Amino acid sequence: MTQPILSLTDIHKAFGGVVAIDNFSLDLHPGEIVALVGDNGAGKSTLIKIVSGVHKPTTGSIRLDGEETSFSDASGAREAGIEVVYQDLALADQQPVYMNMFLGRELTKGPLGLLDKRKMMNDTQELVDELDVRIPSASATIRDLSGGQRQGIAIARATHWASKLILLDEPTAALGVAETARVEELVLSLRERNIAILIVSHSLDQVFRLSNRICVLRRGQQIGVRDTATTDKNEIIAMITGLQT
Amino acid sequence: MSPTAIFRKYELQNYVVYLGFIAIFLFFAVTLHDAGFTSTRNLTNILLQTAPATILAIGLVFALSAGEIDLSFGSAVAVSALSAAVVMQVLPMPLAILAGLGAGLAVGAFNGLLVAWLRLPSFLVTLATLGLFAGVARTMTNLRSIPVTNDFFTGVFGSGKLFGVPSLVWWTVIGVVIGHLVYRHTRFGAHVLATGDNARAAQVSGIKVPRVRFMVLTICGGCAGLAGLLYAGRLQSATYTLGESDLMIVIAAVIVGGTALNGGKGSIIGALIGSLLMGMLNNGLILMGLQVSDQMIVRGLIILVAVAASLRDTTR
Repeated sequence: MTQPILSLTDIHKAFGGVVAIDNFSLDLHPGEIVALVGDNGAGKSTLIKIVSGVHKPTTGSIRLDGEETSFSDASGAREAGIEVVYQDLALADQQPVYMNMFLGRELTKGPLGLLDKRKMMNDTQELVDELDVRIPSASATIRDLSGGQRQGIAIARATHWASKLILLDEPTAALGVAETARVEELVLSLRERNIAILIVSHSLDQVFRLSNRICVLRRGQQIGVRDTATTDKNEIIAMITGLQT
Repeated sequence: MSPTAIFRKYELQNYVVYLGFIAIFLFFAVTLHDAGFTSTRNLTNILLQTAPATILAIGLVFALSAGEIDLSFGSAVAVSALSAAVVMQVLPMPLAILAGLGAGLAVGAFNGLLVAWLRLPSFLVTLATLGLFAGVARTMTNLRSIPVTNDFFTGVFGSGKLFGVPSLVWWTVIGVVIGHLVYRHTRFGAHVLATGDNARAAQVSGIKVPRVRFMVLTICGGCAGLAGLLYAGRLQSATYTLGESDLMIVIAAVIVGGTALNGGKGSIIGALIGSLLMGMLNNGLILMGLQVSDQMIVRGLIILVAVAASLRDTTR
């Protein structure tokens, strides 16, 4: 197999005396979707925050393309090509789609450094067309869009900027059935882009539809990693709960 | 379709200020024609009188758009005008200009530091500094007015003309053009809007939210500094009451002009029109011969109606 994009080795994270993550190791390869599952408080969010640079691991190593890395903050991870799609989207509702697509990374032109709105609009339109995110226009205001369209924008934004890895934190938690299906299609289409995707989801159905591998956490312990094709829900549920079925 | 639905669909609240401006202008033009409302002199007067309020409104658009507010600008105006007037008596004139602008900027930066890094709410911080600097302004000269006699100063900031256009109009135009460019066409403007719209989204997108908050309040202070110079130049004196009565008018001008009280949306051009509308109202009510007390009541009621009309949509 190719070299992993992201290698987590013996990640340990403690907040004071409380161990949130204990000896976690995982490799993510390009074009692969790995699901992170576990009960509430299992440590999924902590792990996402470690990978996205919000928390530093107490011990353990993070390697990006084989290089040992340490992010000082979320901007560091972003610059390294890691993007996060948050559950609550992190979109500015009253601004147009294209400004959200370039939020914090706006394009400018000319000696005065004025915003290049036309280019941002065109790039946005190109991207949403390519990903088949159906919105009225790149200059539509976010709050006039449906939940599915908004999530589509958030994922498109991550896709635009992520060169290595996208972290999806409950991407469909707030969506209806049809919208969830659209977002899942979108996530599957990202595999061709040769980046890795780590997805946190509470829906096992979704996990089985999307992922190549499933990693189970329970109370900060890594219970195991399974190939989605060779496992079943019963096994995963048993791993999540710790009970034999 | 209900009136409310029509209102929402065509986003009429964005145009309330223009419609209101035209309606009130026509009303005064008809009823006060004989009183000279439409005379060039009177209309020019309105333009000159609103210049400081327009400059203040520009600063406030930035603050509100970032989700903050500045209530202290009135006191900053007085401190700035007095600083310029006092310095002018003992030091060269350019230093007086710097002192005036610097005093405004200092008040704004003080607000900004407290809001951005001590994370205090700007409403309370600037309410406190409104009182604090009102006191400073009174102390500076023991309640005395200071005459401003430097011809260059009163020309540039008051009664002078360039190419036949009064300097106060120049300042209004320069302020609006620069304000609009920065607000709509720079990364900073985009960051201001994003911060007021969704501070967390702005933060996780790498925008330095505390810096934005500091900057918008400092801009408010800078605008107050310039407004203080304009008052001192036009009135040829500085006193501690300057700017005192601007609070309601400037907030009303900005809100009527389409800027959201809770951030993320605004307009510099709208604020200009809003400010002119308030000036026109003021002027018309005086020409109508209303007593000061009646003027206050009518103005308050009209502002209430105008603000209600421009805020309908955002209260859903």
